[in-house]
Amino acid sequence: MPGPFEYIVWFLGTLLEASVVVCSIAKGSFRRYLTLNVYMLAASFVNIVRFKILLTYGFKSPEYGYFYYYSDLLLTIALYCALMGLYSYVFEEMGAEQYVRLGAVLLLLGTAGFSFAVVQQYSSRIMSHFVLEASQNLYFVGLVLTYVLWGAMLKLRETRTRLIQLVLALGLYFSVFAASYALRNLSTSLDGVWPYLIPVSGFLLPLAWVYAFWRIPEDARIAPSRLAVVPR
Amino acid sequence: MMAAFIFVCSIVTLLQFFVWYCRSLIAASAKEALSPEVRDVTGIARAASGEDFTRVMQLLQLCPERPEDRGSIQAVGTYFGLLNFVRATLARMVPSMRAWTESERGSCAYFAAVALERRIAFSRGMLAQQMES
Repeated sequence: MPGPFEYIVWFLGTLLEASVVVCSIAKGSFRRYLTLNVYMLAASFVNIVRFKILLTYGFKSPEYGYFYYYSDLLLTIALYCALMGLYSYVFEEMGAEQYVRLGAVLLLLGTAGFSFAVVQQYSSRIMSHFVLEASQNLYFVGLVLTYVLWGAMLKLRETRTRLIQLVLALGLYFSVFAASYALRNLSTSLDGVWPYLIPVSGFLLPLAWVYAFWRIPEDARIAPSRLAVVPR
Repeated sequence: MMAAFIFVCSIVTLLQFFVWYCRSLIAASAKEALSPEVRDVTGIARAASGEDFTRVMQLLQLCPERPEDRGSIQAVGTYFGLLNFVRATLARMVPSMRAWTESERGSCAYFAAVALERRIAFSRGMLAQQMES
């Protein structure tokens, strides 16, 4: 049965994810950041279903484990789409949305194909290993794409404070998760830490996005030169 | 091999995104002017210095918390710790780093002073609400 930790993590996680959508609606930004809000709604829904499975089958059951990792892969794809939404938003004035969409689909298929090829070589339980491998690789691709997006924003001298904070928070989140998945693949001795580390790291993104939607007005601007570590 | 590569890259980018994120938080508050009252309380007469940070954080802890500020204050507190570490290690060998860390530490102190200003306004708002009801 779940202990107090699982209850707290579930409750806080769901509450924070729902808060992002509520804050975004309250500040009139729901449609502007539609893909981010759809991701947060999906994450809240998945959290509720995960908890139902946790209560029914238990924390260490294979049912919970399978659902956790399969739903995590789907959420990673949804987050990848949210990132593409940010790309479209940044490049909307250039009219490059269709190229971004095409590139995103190709990259997603490429990552899935690469993950499958890697898993096929060393594993007999292809499907369950594919889910883990694809999640790790997608987090890493997401991280690289966020890094590229941030580089483009610096180059384009993007000044929208809220957009900057949304992208940077996403970069932080992808980095933490890509590192965690890679560490899990590297060392199985961390299996005891894993079920605790990942859900707690999951608070990062909704927390930062709630702050960005609630505290930062849409028209707030900052000088991009203030963000570069090397003064320009 | 692949996992090790991803792990190293992720840690490096994590550090970079963390620094950028904290700098964006600090930059967003840098435009806000401090009231004379907060300047008096914090002792920040003109530009804030890194030495002010600990004192301002202690003052912050005396005020009722605003939930929406908690995460950003913790993030900047961690960034300040990172800067202290860089100042004690790398900056000793690279003199230009020393000036940079000093200026960043001052920005962190200013961010904390702006957060203090908001918390004071928040406490006053709560008090006014209680008086009315």
